[in-house]
Amino acid sequence: MRAALLIQRWYRQYAARLEMRRRCSWNIFQSIEYSGQQDHIKLYNFFGYLMDHFTSASSQRNLVSQMFRESDAFQDVEWEKQFCYKDIEVPDAYAGPHLSFPLTISNVTELVDAFKNKQKLHARYVLQLLGKTWTLLRLMPNISHVCTCKHKEITICAETPYVFNGDFVDRGKESMEILLVLFAFLLLYPHDVHLNRGNHEDHIVNLRYGFTKEVLGKYQVHGKMILKLLQKIFSCLPLATVIDQKFVSALRPLKRREASARPKEAALDPDGDDDDDFSTGRRRVQSLTHGTPVRPRQELPRHSVHSGSGRTGRSVDEELRERRRLAGLSLSSDSELYSAEVQETDADEWKQIVDVLWSDPMSQNGCVPNEVRGGGCYWGPDVTQEVLDRHKLKLLIRSHECKQEGYEFCHNGRVLTIFSASNYYDVGSNRGAYIRLGPDLIPHFKHVGRTERSALQALRLQLFAHKSALIREFQEYDPQCTGLISLKHWTVAVEKVLRLSLPWRVLRAQLVTSSSRDGMLNYHDWFNQLSVIQPNTEIANASLLETLYKHHSNLESIFRMIDTDHSGLISFEEFHQTWKLLSSHLQTDISDKAIADLAESIDFNKDGSIDINEFMEAFRLRTGSVHVQDVTDGVNGRRSSAEFAAAPVNAVVKSVFDRLDVVQIVFNDADQVTQTLLLMLQMLKTEGSGQ
Amino acid sequence: MADKYNAETIITETQKRISNAFDVFDHESNKTVDVREIGTIIRSLGCFPSEAELHDIIAELEEEEPTGFVRYEKFLPTMTKILLERKFRPIPEDLLLQAFEVLDQQKKGHLEPEELTKYLTQEGEPFTQEEMDEMLSAAVDPDKNVILYKDFVSMMTFDDNQ
Repeated sequence: MRAALLIQRWYRQYAARLEMRRRCSWNIFQSIEYSGQQDHIKLYNFFGYLMDHFTSASSQRNLVSQMFRESDAFQDVEWEKQFCYKDIEVPDAYAGPHLSFPLTISNVTELVDAFKNKQKLHARYVLQLLGKTWTLLRLMPNISHVCTCKHKEITICAETPYVFNGDFVDRGKESMEILLVLFAFLLLYPHDVHLNRGNHEDHIVNLRYGFTKEVLGKYQVHGKMILKLLQKIFSCLPLATVIDQKFVSALRPLKRREASARPKEAALDPDGDDDDDFSTGRRRVQSLTHGTPVRPRQELPRHSVHSGSGRTGRSVDEELRERRRLAGLSLSSDSELYSAEVQETDADEWKQIVDVLWSDPMSQNGCVPNEVRGGGCYWGPDVTQEVLDRHKLKLLIRSHECKQEGYEFCHNGRVLTIFSASNYYDVGSNRGAYIRLGPDLIPHFKHVGRTERSALQALRLQLFAHKSALIREFQEYDPQCTGLISLKHWTVAVEKVLRLSLPWRVLRAQLVTSSSRDGMLNYHDWFNQLSVIQPNTEIANASLLETLYKHHSNLESIFRMIDTDHSGLISFEEFHQTWKLLSSHLQTDISDKAIADLAESIDFNKDGSIDINEFMEAFRLRTGSVHVQDVTDGVNGRRSSAEFAAAPVNAVVKSVFDRLDVVQIVFNDADQVTQTLLLMLQMLKTEGSGQ
Repeated sequence: MADKYNAETIITETQKRISNAFDVFDHESNKTVDVREIGTIIRSLGCFPSEAELHDIIAELEEEEPTGFVRYEKFLPTMTKILLERKFRPIPEDLLLQAFEVLDQQKKGHLEPEELTKYLTQEGEPFTQEEMDEMLSAAVDPDKNVILYKDFVSMMTFDDNQ
């Protein structure tokens, strides 16, 4: 029937256009995220630069050594004394949950409920809980084993062990609460709950991504102690969990090394957990995290036959000390002992880890460098087959690529990418997923409008932050300074300056909302139409401002690193030094006067020190469109405080649990985790697998 | 001379549009896309092929040994031709409206969801259940539980520059 045909034809085109727009939003977020990763690389380049170039001029030297200060002189025993909670009093007015140890189920239920009601756990209990967690974790091996078998001679394994796959923090504003609940469960059911370390369980990463700030904000008196204890805990978290010796993720070192094309650019872990790449010149750019095991950036849930990697953590530490010693910074006494042996064994492992960190599967055979991420490789089904067969493994489970459906099989079903955080970029951007060792489950969820809006806002901020470079580029096409350029030239210029690989022509329609007739655009007007609200400041120095916008998150990380006592403040002198070093590294020209002006303008308290939070807030770009829920976090906008559509998701979570089978991998969005854990609790109770 | 320049510019611009659209679905950045996404790409470039026409295009684009992928080198010339020849033109709004009116045999001015479903899942090139559900979720007026097709059509055809 012709009418039906017409309608179908028309509707399918409409649906295709929608899909294209969804994909574009997606690409925008991914692109910005990848460029954010590259930002992190820049941060580590900066640290490397510092190590190379600091002079013996006392002020600079002090600053640099301060940043890299080895503050870990104490032994664990000493630390335990430091972390003692016993003297902390809980006031009568405190209305939050009280914990008693050993924990009971009702304690934990109470805790979860309290968090749902937005209460905060008192610092005393936090430290107590964390202390016990630390004690427990110190006894655990680096790789835990789970068996799902039902017949065991001595003990019966729980039928539903739970594996939590890392990256518990740095997303959303309730990371602390999530951690506390997870640790509580761990203490309650130490044989059934397995926590793996993710790359965000690292204090350097936390500086950048907001967890540090969250803790200090919530616990003003004891925050620093809590952070220190958490650092200890993170470094004790197991790396991975092997399940039934069949489902693992294997490292794939050999193939990769052969294919390695560009040692210099390849593989700097942007989150700086560890690593190195092939050229020794970079070795010093290590994580400044103490005792960080070589933790893959991917959330490898089950792991590797590579059991030798147990203690690599310590060696990163030693390596670092050695480097510092060589660089003439403060040292601790036992570094020399370890450094020599350490260097040999680790190079290999680091290289391997680095490959795993960055690599993504592809559909074609072979192994080629991964240029999108800037490190690692793309590996094909042939590599998978070879590696899995060699180690007699069935399935490789990896993550770190956000998948729109939450999960994706490839390589003939032998590789599974799982991504658990739904709404990763924004509400509706993607679905989260669970795995059980069987069919996968997917929530259904679609909100095209809001995701797209967020994506476009994030993009507008990026455009604005590159304003002067863009204008210079536009002017190449406008030699007579008419203020107009063609849309075609606009596209070429934007592509060149932003270096985000995006379909600019497709996006142009939404970014250039009013071109004039005959396809010419007034580019000055266009910047205004981006509706980006600039901070209210008297700083006239445009290049300084733009450096601020462009390097916003890195700046914050650097400042927080300088602020070693976590006071939230840095001195004028430190501020000044940082800028000088940064501008020399970036090869931009920022005069002393400009820096002094900048410092003064933000010293709101006029007490000679700068509040880092105030500084970062003062120079944050925002877009003017009023969508109260969409608050992007600076130019690398990702954390949206959009309200997650709790209702549909919780229904899904419930339905998932109705079909609960063997193993769960849970994601790390606040509300969802809380809900999930509550349900888990019920399941554990009813299944009688308590201790 | 001026004309030649314009023609070349048009072709180049067209090809860049095609390239952009293609890249959106090129997940591995290796200039191939899954064959199942070809329809989306072609349509997003402003074309309105029927399913049958799409199948023909895909048949042309596939490799001799179907890999499930389409390479850019093959896609580009085919798509350029389609665009330059203006094949598969958009459907004018009034024609679309007429189509709905034809379905509305009782001339009620609206359609029941069941009616529309019946036509679109049984006639022409039938919708899958998923397609039908999606369309209904956009088309059905939540209060009255009917499809006010006149509003629907004008809302959907209001568009950004393509």
